[in-house]
Amino acid sequence: MPQSSNTFVRFEKIDKSYDGKELVVKNLNLDIAEGEFLTLLGPSGSGKTTTLMMLAGFENPTSGEIYLDKKPISSITPHKRGIGMVFQNYALFPHMTVYENLAFPLRVRKIQNDEIENKINKALDMVSLTNFENRMPNQLSGGQQQRVAVARALVFEPKLVLMDEPLGALDKNLRESMQYELKHIHETLGVTIVYVTHDQGEALTMSNRIAVFNDGYIQQLSSPNELYERPTNSFVARFIGENNIINGTIVESDSKQCKVKTDNDEIIHANPVISNNVGDTTSMSLRPERVLINPSAEIPNKFKAKIEEVIYHGDHTRLRVKLLNQNDFILKVPNASNIFSFENGSELLLGWDSQDCRALDFIDN
Amino acid sequence: MSKILTTEGLPLETSLKKVEQKNKFRAFLLVLPLLLFLIVAYVWPILNLLTRSVDNRLISDLLPQTAIALSNWEGNELPSEDIYKIFYLDLNEAHKQKLSGKVSTRLNYAKNGFKSLINKTRRKLKNFEDGNYKDQFIDLNKKWGDIEYWQAMKVAMPKYTIDKYLGSVDLEKNYSGEIIQKPEKRRIHRTLWYRTFYVALGVTICCLLLAYPIAHLLSTLPLRYSNLLLICVLLPFWTSLLVRTSSWMILLQQQGVLNDILVYFKIVGDKSRLELMYNMTGTFVAMTQILLPFMVLPLYSVMKTIPPSLMRAGSSLGGTPFHSFRKIYFPLTYPGIGAGSLLVFILAIGYYITPALVGGASGTLISNRIAYHMKETLDWSMASAMGTMLLVSVLVLYWLYNKILGIDNIKLG
Repeated sequence: MPQSSNTFVRFEKIDKSYDGKELVVKNLNLDIAEGEFLTLLGPSGSGKTTTLMMLAGFENPTSGEIYLDKKPISSITPHKRGIGMVFQNYALFPHMTVYENLAFPLRVRKIQNDEIENKINKALDMVSLTNFENRMPNQLSGGQQQRVAVARALVFEPKLVLMDEPLGALDKNLRESMQYELKHIHETLGVTIVYVTHDQGEALTMSNRIAVFNDGYIQQLSSPNELYERPTNSFVARFIGENNIINGTIVESDSKQCKVKTDNDEIIHANPVISNNVGDTTSMSLRPERVLINPSAEIPNKFKAKIEEVIYHGDHTRLRVKLLNQNDFILKVPNASNIFSFENGSELLLGWDSQDCRALDFIDN
Repeated sequence: MSKILTTEGLPLETSLKKVEQKNKFRAFLLVLPLLLFLIVAYVWPILNLLTRSVDNRLISDLLPQTAIALSNWEGNELPSEDIYKIFYLDLNEAHKQKLSGKVSTRLNYAKNGFKSLINKTRRKLKNFEDGNYKDQFIDLNKKWGDIEYWQAMKVAMPKYTIDKYLGSVDLEKNYSGEIIQKPEKRRIHRTLWYRTFYVALGVTICCLLLAYPIAHLLSTLPLRYSNLLLICVLLPFWTSLLVRTSSWMILLQQQGVLNDILVYFKIVGDKSRLELMYNMTGTFVAMTQILLPFMVLPLYSVMKTIPPSLMRAGSSLGGTPFHSFRKIYFPLTYPGIGAGSLLVFILAIGYYITPALVGGASGTLISNRIAYHMKETLDWSMASAMGTMLLVSVLVLYWLYNKILGIDNIKLG
């Protein structure tokens, strides 16, 4: 969660269009607190990178205003904004050594030579790249280049650092270890970070808050666990993590619970999040790990299922079962227990709590 | 270290070589036709031409005994009777074989006046009587008593000579072998060399200044616009050089389009139309336009590879646009600048048609002089000496470029 409630960056009624015909960002209102790690998450073309570029100053909002530390910044050129930035492909200066790369922002600021050296040593130490000062960027591995890029964005001690899919080009293991490293750097320095990614895992691991973008709008802005556990619309539910979607029509509803009739006339007890008018169609979202096997008596939703496929995943087993006439219903069972043995074609009794089954806006498959 | 063997027991190196040899041979076969063509049509003629610049056997073959005799002659006073006699015999022999014309032409390069002297003399050769050749020669024409002619002949005699090279920088050898400046009014080449390098350098700089912004624009525009612009840049390539130069003539001449416009807008008076052609200005303008694509293309190909995020990074780190340009973008375009400049400069110092057509007297370059020797004076030795010097200066430039920037850095598109 935000460490302090004072707003550091504020987007106010931002619209952005490149061609005058289509809006890439629509009526964006977003407050970012000082010291926060905020991730803009979304599929490509959702407007997240455009938002970041407007904050950096490389794109201008078509209307609206961005405030940095309460001052409007639309008319300030990028080099005067004092915002550090890590680019997708590192954007290290290929003709300069690591040291010269890091010295660039400091020399521009007319800092004394001995202090430059101090700061650079500190920054390189932070990303564990001491003794790499005299290497050229092309003599470094992808991960090392990434660290240099991070160090360069931080070396002049900006209060705000923007990162544009910085880990996209790294392999999986390296990406994960860099995620932790960035998280630690953020915690140590207390700098505000706005991070753009399309990788939900990355977003969930590192962020204080995540803004899920789609179609130019923020679909949901909340903490990682909130986002995962309580998505507020079908897009977010489908985009983050895995989901079982069941479509139906609401037949009975109060503020806490609703009954939904599925296409094959079964009744499901669900949690009314968006849809709560009787007669509305709804898409219900149910996380695979929230499905219980042989549920206890008080669970309202109980259905018979037939195992279609068993997939072993190391730490858990995935079962694809036929349930309610849908044969792409997925559930995850942790492997630690070893209570069950699954075979193709065998039948199971499955159930879930009504609160875990969220009735959201209807999206046709 | 023991040798590594393959599974079959042969040494690894040998079997690797065997496999590679086949590939190498195949590759060689692919190159062979071009190689043969180049050797026959390019390398051999060039070597032949280069040897002409030092090859002086013609005259010593025509007057073999005289050549030997003159090489022993001090050159301080008129030759002895013996040398006159030997010269008479050689000349007579050459005349009988109808080769005395060649003698007169060749000796005329050494000293003006020789042509008529020999021509007059050879007609009287049959009247010569045995003995006292010296007096007979001098009686025939008193130039034969002028030591300068004999000195010139001595200098012209050696089988191999660097005279042509000296001549192309306005130096010559006197009869005692010292290298001296040519007389003031016969110095012409050095000015031309200076002018050639001056024009080449100037054109290179102009091209660079004009091409840099265009290339930058080309590399940053969206593809469909950049293609159109690239076609505009390349359009001159698809037009004949002669046509382009002639169109410059239409534009630049005193009654030409440009002057008409200036007069129409009363920027210059009708009486004081600008002389834009048949001088250095014409050469400069036309050559810059013609060589511009050779600068744009290498620059473009280098700039295209510079990711735009670098300049963004520069400005996000606090660099002003100018500072970022100077520290980041500009240094990264060095390979393009180097390649383009080298290309334009090399093409410019050998440029011929354009200066010939629009250069006039003050705008002609060394290549025009080479052509003059090839076509007018027929002094091919001189032409090839100057050509060799041009070639060597290009090679020196190339070497310098390699030393300073590294030839691997070069990018030609």
